[in-house]
Amino acid sequence: MTTVSGLACRECGHAYDKVAVHVCEHCFGPLEVVYDYAAVAKSFTREALAARPTSMWRYHELLPLDGPPTVGAQVGWTPLVRADRLARVLGVREVWVKNDAVSFPTLSFKDRVVSVALSKARELGFDTVACASTGNLANSVAANAAAGGLRAYIFIPHDLEPSKVVATQIYGARVIAIRGTYDDVNRLCSELAGKYNWGFANVNLRPFYAEGSKSYLYEIVEQLGWRVPDHIVAPMAGGSLITKIRKALLELDKLGFIEGGAEVKVHGAQAAGCAPIVEAVRAGRDVLRPVKQPKTIAKSLAIGNPADGYYAVRAMADSGGYAAAPEDEEIVACMRLLAETEGIFTETAGGVTLGATRRLIAEGRIGPDDSVVVCVTGQGLKTTDPLNLPPPPIVGARVAEIDSLLKE
Amino acid sequence: MATVRIPTPLRKLTQGLEEVSAAGDTIGAVLVDLEAKYPGLKERLCDDKGQVRRFVNIFANDEDIRFLQNLETPVKEADEISIVPAIAGG
Repeated sequence: MTTVSGLACRECGHAYDKVAVHVCEHCFGPLEVVYDYAAVAKSFTREALAARPTSMWRYHELLPLDGPPTVGAQVGWTPLVRADRLARVLGVREVWVKNDAVSFPTLSFKDRVVSVALSKARELGFDTVACASTGNLANSVAANAAAGGLRAYIFIPHDLEPSKVVATQIYGARVIAIRGTYDDVNRLCSELAGKYNWGFANVNLRPFYAEGSKSYLYEIVEQLGWRVPDHIVAPMAGGSLITKIRKALLELDKLGFIEGGAEVKVHGAQAAGCAPIVEAVRAGRDVLRPVKQPKTIAKSLAIGNPADGYYAVRAMADSGGYAAAPEDEEIVACMRLLAETEGIFTETAGGVTLGATRRLIAEGRIGPDDSVVVCVTGQGLKTTDPLNLPPPPIVGARVAEIDSLLKE
Repeated sequence: MATVRIPTPLRKLTQGLEEVSAAGDTIGAVLVDLEAKYPGLKERLCDDKGQVRRFVNIFANDEDIRFLQNLETPVKEADEISIVPAIAGG
C-alpha cells in the first residue's frame, strides 16, 4: 500500500501526479514527493521497524514507491562507527562516522538514490535508464540496471577518474564521455530527457531519486538509539543530500521518533576549488554564484551550478548549521587521517567532509563537548590518484634485509 | 533572428515546437519577443520583478548568461539560445 499522495512544486505548490516529471511547468521549481503522514504513522512504528530486514527499505513508508523495491532491495544499513581515535585528534568528545564507503553494491551512498530511482523507473514502465554523473552515480546506475535487467546509458565528463569509468563499463552500460564539465553533461541530459523515453535517474526521476538520500539519516538516528547528535557534517555537490538529511530529521521528529527533538546543526562541506554553496552560506546570501570552471581533486563534488543550492543554504541556516570549504591539501590529509585513525578509506569527498569538520571545530562552530556525525559517502579505492603515496621499499626475501631496513 | 531551444515543460506554450525563432538584440529583448509570439512564456521564466527565476538556466551559445551580462547579454543573428531547467547532482 502506498503512502505517496503525489508530487508538488517546492516553489509554488502546484500539484502533479506520480509520473516522470521533475520541473514545475508554471515556475520551473523542482518537484517533490508528497506523503500522507497519517498513513505513514499507521504502520511505521519502532516495534514494526525492529522486526524488519536491515536495509534502507525498512523505512519504506517514507520512500516513494507504490510497491516493494524491484531494484536494490539489499541497499543500505551501512555501519555507523564510533570514532574515538579520530575524536581525540579532532579534540571533540564524540565523533561518529556513517560509512557509506562500504555501501552495497557500488561503494557510495548513490546506491540509496538509485535503488529508488530504478525501482520507480520499473513501476513507471521504463525499460531503459540513464544519468548524468561525476562517477558514483554512474557506477550505481550501471550496476543496479544490470541487476534489474534494465538497459543503461551513462553520460560523464571526459576527465573522470579512470577507476570510476571502469567501474561503470564493467556492468555492460553504454558509457558516453562528454567534452566539458559536469554542468555541460547535466545540461545535455536535460535536453535528452525531453527527446528519448528513458528514465534519467537525476533528471525526470529526480523527485523520487532524491528521496532515497533520506534513508542515510534515518539509519543514523536509529543506529544512535533514536537520538540525534549535536552536529551532522555532510558533503555537498548539487546540494540534494544535505537538503534531504534535514527533511528526514523533520519527518522523524514529526512522527515522534526522536528522543528530545530534532535539534541538530546540519553543516555543509565543499572543496575550496568548487564551493558555490559554502560561499553563499559564509557570505550570508541565499543567491548562489555558479562556478564556471571547478578546480578540485574532489571531482564527485565538482558541480559549479548546484540545482538544490538554495535549499541547501536554507537547510543549514534553519538548523543553525554553517559551512566550510577545505583546500585540496587538507582533503588529502583528512583522507589519510580517517584511514590512519579509524581504518576507513574514503574518497576525496570524504576528505572534504572531514576537512570541513576540522575547520568548523577550529572556528568554534563545533564545540569540544559536542557530538558529531561525519558523513562518509564514498570509497577511497575510486580516487587513489591524488594521494601520491611513496612506493614501498623493495627488498630481498631475507631477514637480514628487513633488519637493516627497520634500523634505518 | 536567433534560435531558441525550448525545454519540454514549456512546449505546451509553443505548440510542441522544440525550437523557435525570436528577435531582439539582448536576451531580455528576445524574451519580450517570445512572449509576444507565445503568450505566457515570459512569466514562466521570469519573476514579478522581471528577473530570471532561480531554477531557470539560460545559455547564449553554450554560455550561461550569469557568466555574461544576464538579461543584458547581447544577441546576434544566428545565435542559439537554450532554456534549461536546473537538474540534480550525480
